[in-house]
Amino acid sequence: MAIASSDNAIRSNKVARTFIYLFLLLFALFYLMPLGIMLVNSLKPLSEITAGGMIAMPNEWTIEPWLSAWSTAQIGVQPTGLRPYFINSIAMAVPAVAISTVAGALNGYVLTKWHFRGATWVFGLLLFSCFIPFQIVLIPMARILGLLEIAGTTYGLILVHVVYGIGFSTLYFRNYYAAFPTELVRAAQIDGAGFFQIFWRIMLPSSGPIIAVCCIWQFTNIWNDFLFGASFASGDAAPMTVALNNLVNSSTGERPYNVHFAGAIMAAAPTLLVYIVAGRYFVRGLMAGSVKG
Amino acid sequence: MGFLDINNVTKSYGAVEVLHRVDIQVDEGEFLVLVGPSGCGKSTLLNMIAGLEGISSGEIAIKDRVVNDIAPAKRNIAMVFQSYALYPNMTVGQNITFGLEMQGTPKAERDKAMAEVASLLQIENLLDRKPGQLSGGQRQRVAMGRALVRDPDVFLFDEPLSNLDAKLRVDMRTEIKKLHQKLGTTIVYVTHDQIEAMTLSTRIAVMYDGYVQQLGTPKEIYDTPANIFVATFMGSPAMNVLPAELVEMNGAIHAQVEGADGPKQLRIENAPEAYRSYIGKHVMLGIRPEAITDPEGADRNARNIQTLTNEVGVTEPAGADTFVTMSLGGKDCVARMRADAEAYPGQPFEFAVNMDKAVLFDPKTEARIA
Repeated sequence: MAIASSDNAIRSNKVARTFIYLFLLLFALFYLMPLGIMLVNSLKPLSEITAGGMIAMPNEWTIEPWLSAWSTAQIGVQPTGLRPYFINSIAMAVPAVAISTVAGALNGYVLTKWHFRGATWVFGLLLFSCFIPFQIVLIPMARILGLLEIAGTTYGLILVHVVYGIGFSTLYFRNYYAAFPTELVRAAQIDGAGFFQIFWRIMLPSSGPIIAVCCIWQFTNIWNDFLFGASFASGDAAPMTVALNNLVNSSTGERPYNVHFAGAIMAAAPTLLVYIVAGRYFVRGLMAGSVKG
Repeated sequence: MGFLDINNVTKSYGAVEVLHRVDIQVDEGEFLVLVGPSGCGKSTLLNMIAGLEGISSGEIAIKDRVVNDIAPAKRNIAMVFQSYALYPNMTVGQNITFGLEMQGTPKAERDKAMAEVASLLQIENLLDRKPGQLSGGQRQRVAMGRALVRDPDVFLFDEPLSNLDAKLRVDMRTEIKKLHQKLGTTIVYVTHDQIEAMTLSTRIAVMYDGYVQQLGTPKEIYDTPANIFVATFMGSPAMNVLPAELVEMNGAIHAQVEGADGPKQLRIENAPEAYRSYIGKHVMLGIRPEAITDPEGADRNARNIQTLTNEVGVTEPAGADTFVTMSLGGKDCVARMRADAEAYPGQPFEFAVNMDKAVLFDPKTEARIA
């Protein structure tokens, strides 16, 4: 009797599992469909798309649209392709992510381990900066960039993104360091380590997960930003997102959808890559900060 | 002046004074234990010696040098923390030498010092491991190694054994004591465990509510506690503190306590002069459980054994001893008997009370009468 019922349990369990996996597979396909269609159409000659076969696999495979999007397509008035703008975006995102992450880590370290009067206020204000809408700061920011004479340059964009990023990166690191044992800092103090020595030698090496979280978050936001890019860096200094828009809008005559698809995938690839490489830290790091403190 | 002087030190947070006028002189080679319940200020005092907390008033001096305004690293102290506070990203070897590295000691000297400490603590085979791969006892050793390698004037221990399981705690306690005897270092050690305090220390400061209640050798603290708090905090099971009345009978002072079947008189010999003024008044009589036995088990060297017959309440066999509870003065009074003492619940039994060891407290001030 007991054996029979446990047999039943196993069987119904198997049925349930099959259903669950079928369901998950279906959803995965559903979410992958847009990317699949983009990929398929970016590898087709334009004639196949205009003939109406969006879903169908290409009859004739070609990488011509990719080459065109990368190096020869018309962006605004120049036939440069997306390459220079891709480089712009890298030159903007990498320093901006690095600076805002280090600044956030330093802020979190001071806010949790070197208590000073008004620390909670400072943290509250930094937190508040996360919720200021982009549009509000456009005009004051343009003025400041003008005064600093970095308007319309990649440096200007780096500054804007660092300033905007510090709120979030501070939040991440403060919560992570709140759970970090203060006794370690005290032990290092007795060992004779100074403020920055403790930071570089003790705190940062133990911050792997939260650094990954912060980098993913910052990189995704900065790379995908369109508003600041369009407002503060026109022409040659424009980032990838703005260039993609220009690519799609500046074609004359027949619209080369296959080139557009290829360009869109190029613009999305770096954030995807960052997520795939560091993604498993993302959830872990988010949890690490939130369980305690 | 001692080796470590704590002169009139107080600590306040805003208007709240959490540590009141602490005065302790520690001689070189002494093992001072600060003991008390949580929130008594013992860890605060230790952190003030370490320099991790500021001193509100008074001064702390190490080797006659006032250290109030000297950074922790420059006080020539080392500290072992409750959580061990090993740097998780460094190997055991790097943990041990981190302090020397920060002081700019050359690599060759650091390695030599590390090798010496590692062989002293028998952790040579662990030097390349990370703290996460060590057991509790091994971490404890590494934490001590990190303190030892700096050859400090004063060692500070902040409840170093409370994260270990019971058996390991006893082993490590012995090791700390051995280490102290071998190296003759000056140690200030914080714990809430009164047994640790008794076994390790050369002197104990019992703290409660921000005051040092009593400072003395373990024997002084145990035999002549300054007040009821010290009497009941130190010793397990706790000292019996019973309401009693001092009466004079046949020219001798007696403590009269209420038994299950009427008052019992216990004669006090060699009574201090101070007892006289309490005749006819209420006092609190303090007797340790081991001073109450069956007549055969009584201490043969005791000069003043008083017997009283009383009804047995509960018996608790604990292997080596049996704890027998009876009602005296309206309170439960615990006696510590030989395992085979024939006391049975509900039956009368003759108890032998070693009055040499009895102490009296004033019921109002709770201070010992002497």
